[in-house]
This record gives sequence, structure tokens and C-alpha cells, in this order.
Amino acid sequence: MKIELDNLTVSYQRHPAVHHVSGRFMAGEATAIFGPNGAGKSTLLKTIMGLCAPDSGRVRLEGVERQAIAYLPQQSEIDRSLPVAVLDLVSTGCWQRSSWFRRVDRAGMDAAWQALETVGLADFAHRPVSALSVGQFQRVLFARILTQNAQLILLDEPFNAVDARTTEDLLELVPRWRSEGRTVIAVLHNEEHVKQYFPQTLLLAREVIAWGNSAEVLTDDNLHRAVDTAAHWLERAPVCHVDGSAA
Amino acid sequence: MTLALYDLVVSPFVEFGFMRRALIACLALALSSGPIGLFLVMRRMSLMGDAMSHAVLPGAAAGFMVAGLSLPAMSLGGFVAGVTVAVLAGLATRFTSLKEDASFAAFYLLSLSMGVLMVSRSGNNVDLMHLLFGSVLAVDDAALMLVAGVCSVTLVTLALIYRPLLLESLDPVFLRSVGSRGGLWHTVFLLLVVLNLVAGFQALGTLMAVGLMMLPAITARLWAANVGAMLAVACGVAFASGAGGLLLSYHLELPSGPSIILLAGLVYLVSLVVAPVGGALPRYIRARHRQL
Repeated sequence: MKIELDNLTVSYQRHPAVHHVSGRFMAGEATAIFGPNGAGKSTLLKTIMGLCAPDSGRVRLEGVERQAIAYLPQQSEIDRSLPVAVLDLVSTGCWQRSSWFRRVDRAGMDAAWQALETVGLADFAHRPVSALSVGQFQRVLFARILTQNAQLILLDEPFNAVDARTTEDLLELVPRWRSEGRTVIAVLHNEEHVKQYFPQTLLLAREVIAWGNSAEVLTDDNLHRAVDTAAHWLERAPVCHVDGSAA
Repeated sequence: MTLALYDLVVSPFVEFGFMRRALIACLALALSSGPIGLFLVMRRMSLMGDAMSHAVLPGAAAGFMVAGLSLPAMSLGGFVAGVTVAVLAGLATRFTSLKEDASFAAFYLLSLSMGVLMVSRSGNNVDLMHLLFGSVLAVDDAALMLVAGVCSVTLVTLALIYRPLLLESLDPVFLRSVGSRGGLWHTVFLLLVVLNLVAGFQALGTLMAVGLMMLPAITARLWAANVGAMLAVACGVAFASGAGGLLLSYHLELPSGPSIILLAGLVYLVSLVVAPVGGALPRYIRARHRQL
């Protein structure tokens, strides 16, 4: 599998959120994307998913279909007022196998149950999703990712507003995924979590500040540079003429 | 006693062909409009049905101008106008920063004003009233075939797109992330909405067709906790309102369309208070809580 960023630029109203980013995510490894607010972390994940169109450059995916990626967005747009049971939501993880008309098969339902067991919510299988707390709901979304059985997993700030116990439980899935040879890319805000669970780090502040072994990337010097770069904002910035292929 | 009940409820349908046809039209509309309305409610598009019913008007008026009170011409015109508004609003949403509700509001207002202009130029107020308020008691065989046809198409199509449509309402980003084209299901669904409004406006009028679509669906959300049960309640309430409204209009010599919708509205008002899942009273009266 290959996930490569080739001189990628993504802007909102001409202001780049991701600026001439090139590099390659290590396959079968867990990479954290770290950086201050407004550093383009979520935008980068969305662009990998094809939910944002790049201005220039491209995302090269080899050995993995885009629709086979498991993606957990930062703000889920799930309408939790709908009358849907937890198990039904988790079983949508089998969408690839069941498709739009075929129902979820036996193996798919087994996988969904197994996933609910793993995140400790089997008792809640038939409860409506509206009855869950924020943390429980995040466990459900992780159960769906388990059900998707994806080789590439993208998580966008998965532990916002989640308590310590749930965060720890869910983080324990990361080493498991690595041991199964899956690639995990997660936007995180907690340095300790990164150091403990993610061997690789991309430090992003619209541009790549550093990318490599987490211990080498997360130095005070790099972190300061990241904050400075992200805070820098010029409303009437001149037009960029960088030819990123050289950069 | 039983005889009186028979006279009250059954004999109008036995004696008069127009009542039978009206009853069947109500059954067909209930079966298809109910589920369509429920999906509109679940997708937080409750007012979209109203907008679309206005959008249908100029097409129906154009049909009326060309061919007089001709069902095929008015239905076709209404369908074309409704689809045009849906497509233009969809394009505006896709290619500008406007949200879907704003686009629909703008285009349906354009469409409605054109419709009123056309009706006022070409006919008199009686025609306008007929167009706006319909007459389920004047449903003939051709209209019945249209309503039944739309009902069949709607139910088959809904059965086919049920899962992606529901998932798109629940979690649109996930559906896109697994490579399904959410917009496609949304478009098919909007076509069904227009189709049902066109079928309904012959029987109930453009303004009232949306009532039979929305009121039973909104009521259903108060009574049931899962989608299947909601579908059943929506269809049931719609048909019961249809049959009851017809009888009211027959016995009390009221116009049929408003009788049907008012009855559905009455069911909704009562449900607001007593319905077990979402009603006010069951929420107010709390049973003792369970052990941990």
C-alpha cells in the first residue's frame, strides 16, 4: 500500500490550509498528525478521502481503494435524533459487502456484534443511538470502523470530549491495528498519546514542519516553529508562485 | 345501532361510485405519500414538501391553459415544473455557497408567482380554486389510474433505495466516504416527492396534497420508535384521515380536501398530547425509575 502526497495544496477562498505538502505515510504503521489549530490537519484528511478538492498537487493512493478507507470525521454529521439502533449503525460498516440493495449478511452481523463486544457496548446493541452519551457514541463509531475491516484508517481528533477511560480503551485499538498490518493516520492533540501509541508523526502547520519518528519530530524547537507558522496570517497575502515540485 | 353505523360509514361507499373511487384514491395516496412524508421529516425537510407543492403550480396552470381541465396535461405540466424547480435549486446549492433550504425557497417563490400570474391571465377564480383545492369527489377512472400508478412506482422505488436513502439521512459523510453517491439517492427521492404531489393535487389540490404527506408522517414520529413502525403509523393515519374526511364531507356537505387534512391535523393535535413515544403527557408523567 502507498499513501503519497505530491506537492499538495488545498485552499479556502484562495488562502491555503495545506501548502505544498509532499511526503509519504509509512504503510502498516501508525502516524499521528500533530499541530496547532488551523494547521490544515482536518483538511489534509478530507483531501485524502476525496471530500476536499486540491488546488494543485495530488494524493496518490496505491493498493487501497478510496472507498475502502475507514474515516472518522472530526464533527460527525450523524443525525442522532433518527430512530436507529446501535447495532444497525455499526452494521453499516459492512456497506461494501452489503451494498445499496443487498442486506447485511450473517458474517457482517457477526462482525458488528464482535466489534460492539470489543468496545464494551454489547449491552447497548438494541438501544437507539439517541440514548447514548458522547463517549459511548464515540465507542460505537469505533465499532463501526472495526466492522469496516479497512486496511487504512483515518481518525480526525477522535478523542475530543471523551473521558480518559474511554480514550485509553479506544487508543488500545491502535497497537492492535498495527499488529494486524493496518495503516492508521490520526489527528491528535495530546502529545503523550502520540508518543505512546504512534511511532510516526507528521508535524503540520499548513506546511510540513517535520515528518518522521515521533521522538525526533516532537522537539520543543519544532513545536515552536509550528505554532509560529500557523499563527501567521495575512489577509492580503501576495499570490504564491512556488513551484512545489522543487520544494 | 349497527344499522345506523352501516348507514353512516359503509353505505355512502356502497351507493356511490364517486365515493368508492375517492376512497381508493385516498388509500393509494396514503400508501405512497405517508412514507415519502416520513423521509422528508427524518431528513429535516418538512417544509420542503410545502415549497415543492407551490412549485408544481405553474406547470399545472400551463397544462390548464393549453388543454383545459385535462388531467394528463396538468399532471405532466406539474411534474415538469416541480422537477425543474428541484433541479435548479439543487444546482444552486451545489455550485454556490447557499444552503438547500434557501435555494428551494427562492425557486419555489419564482415558480409560484409565475403560476399565479398565468392563472389570473387565463381563467377565472373558480378555475383557480379548483386548481388549488382539487376535488377528491371528482376523481374519475383516468385520475385513479394516475394515482395508483404513482403509488406503485413510489413503493417499488422506495423499496429499492430504502437503505442508502436512510443512511444518507443518518450519516451523509459516511455514505460518501464508502464511495456511494449520496446526491443520486437524494435526487431520486426528490423526484418521488414531486410525483406524489402531482398525484395528490388532482385529488386534494396543490396546497392540500402536502398535508396528507406531512401530517401523518409527523404524527408517526410521535407514536413509534423505529422506522418500520413509523411507516405503518404514517400510512394508517393518512388512510384513516382520508376515509374519515370523505365521510365528513359527505354527511356534512363540506369540501373534501380540507375535511381530510383537518382530520389528519386533529389526529396530530391529539397525538401531541397523548402519543407514547414523543407526546407531551407521557413525558410529563414519569414512571418510577429502574435500578442501576
